[in-house]
Amino acid sequence: MSYIHIENAGKTFVENGIEFTALSEVNLDIEKGEFICLLGPSGCGKSTLLNAIAGFDLANHGSVQIDGKEVKAPSTKNVTIFQNYGLLPWRTVVKNVELGLEAQGIEKKTRREKALEYLKLVKLEDFANSFPRQLSGGMKQRVAIARALAVEPDIIFMDEPFGALDAITRMKLQDDILDICKNEKKTIIFVTHDIDEAVYLADRIVVMTPNPGKVKGVITVPLHHFRDRTSGDFLLVRDKIFDLLNMKTEENIEYNI
Amino acid sequence: MGAKRGSMKRLISLKYVIVSILILIAIWQFAFTISDYSEALFPSPLMALQALVEMIVDGTLIASIGASMYRFVIGYGLSVIIAVFLGLILGSLPKVFNYINPTLQLLRPISPTAWMPFVVLLFGIGDLPAIVIIFIAAFFPVLLSTVSAVSKIDDIYFRVSDNFGIKQPALMWKVILPAAFPGIANAIHLALGSAWIFLVAGEMVGAQSGLGYQIIDARNNIRADILLATILVIGLIGLLLDFLIGLAEKRILKAWGGES
Repeated sequence: MSYIHIENAGKTFVENGIEFTALSEVNLDIEKGEFICLLGPSGCGKSTLLNAIAGFDLANHGSVQIDGKEVKAPSTKNVTIFQNYGLLPWRTVVKNVELGLEAQGIEKKTRREKALEYLKLVKLEDFANSFPRQLSGGMKQRVAIARALAVEPDIIFMDEPFGALDAITRMKLQDDILDICKNEKKTIIFVTHDIDEAVYLADRIVVMTPNPGKVKGVITVPLHHFRDRTSGDFLLVRDKIFDLLNMKTEENIEYNI
Repeated sequence: MGAKRGSMKRLISLKYVIVSILILIAIWQFAFTISDYSEALFPSPLMALQALVEMIVDGTLIASIGASMYRFVIGYGLSVIIAVFLGLILGSLPKVFNYINPTLQLLRPISPTAWMPFVVLLFGIGDLPAIVIIFIAAFFPVLLSTVSAVSKIDDIYFRVSDNFGIKQPALMWKVILPAAFPGIANAIHLALGSAWIFLVAGEMVGAQSGLGYQIIDARNNIRADILLATILVIGLIGLLLDFLIGLAEKRILKAWGGES
């Protein structure tokens, strides 16, 4: 069986007596070391699916299994990175990175060394003693990435992690995250509504549509690393996504003659 | 540059303080000059100052301040510690708090002085009534503000803690307390002022020493100069306490990454 196995997973809410389906009948298998993007417009259930796999808000239909075990709660082996960083503002940068290591009962000196090592990896070693409010959005998200990597997780969940950043910072962080993945060999599940971001990052893209939230299709990206945002292959994958999302106009066909 | 600007600012605010107090003294002196009251009932600023010097020299002022501060530190200190502790717990258990909140809302609007006769009946005259009044004065605002500060903590901190496996009791002092601290500190600061106000009220009824008692004693002896001098001392100490707690609040907020 696959590393992450999702079978008929669904999530319904009851609001004011009316049942609302946020996610319906998702079947998905993810292998270890894959970079998966969950892509779709708002309301398509991509964050709901992520939270169900991460264990924050469980699915109430079907099953979600990681490594053969049903997901019941968030695990320290799988770390989530949020759009609004989730840094503790009362802790310095290095103390934020140490957070997960403290819970593991690692001794103070080793903890500090390890935290600094991961801060270096995200190029923020000079800001170890700054407070989060003194950093830019991109730097904050890099601290959150260092904090996640420091506990050496198996899976990293990212919920629109670059959504609050400007376009240029976002591209820079996309490169950083690809570099880090290559070196650290993590399984990454990345939620985004940015088509280019998904094509640039993912090994496979899970395209989702709303009302009710469901998987419309899964696209394998045959680009590997060193991706060129303007290459023909890149545009071809984009085209497939537009197709799945029904965003292509009929006129295109006429010009093909 | 920063230090220079800081001291400059302090000089300017010192100017305001001096002018403000001079105006107060001038109005007082003017009222004294035009009033028909006898000097024994409405003394001049100079007479109050002389009474102040008299109290300092014969040691009664220090003894009164000592007695009052002892009650204040115990009453206010215990109240804040217990209220914050309970507030952190109740804030984390909203379902339990739902059962306790109605009673708190019933007790909260009761003036601490309303308890005074009851407290004196139970505990007699002495340190305890004043301590109890101060305790009540600080307790409800700090407790309710702490509960509210805890309930307003952004859910993301709990998700992060959950994710990294941070459990109680570490969760309490690593996450909940610092996250709720700005709201708690604000309530502790405000409660200090009302606790100081009610200390005097408590000592006027339930004690035989302290600044509040000294006011009653001065009235009984028809020493309005001592009375007014004591009132000034009460104001000065209140101001000083407020300044000190403000300083402590800023220090902690700065250490916890807040705006300096």
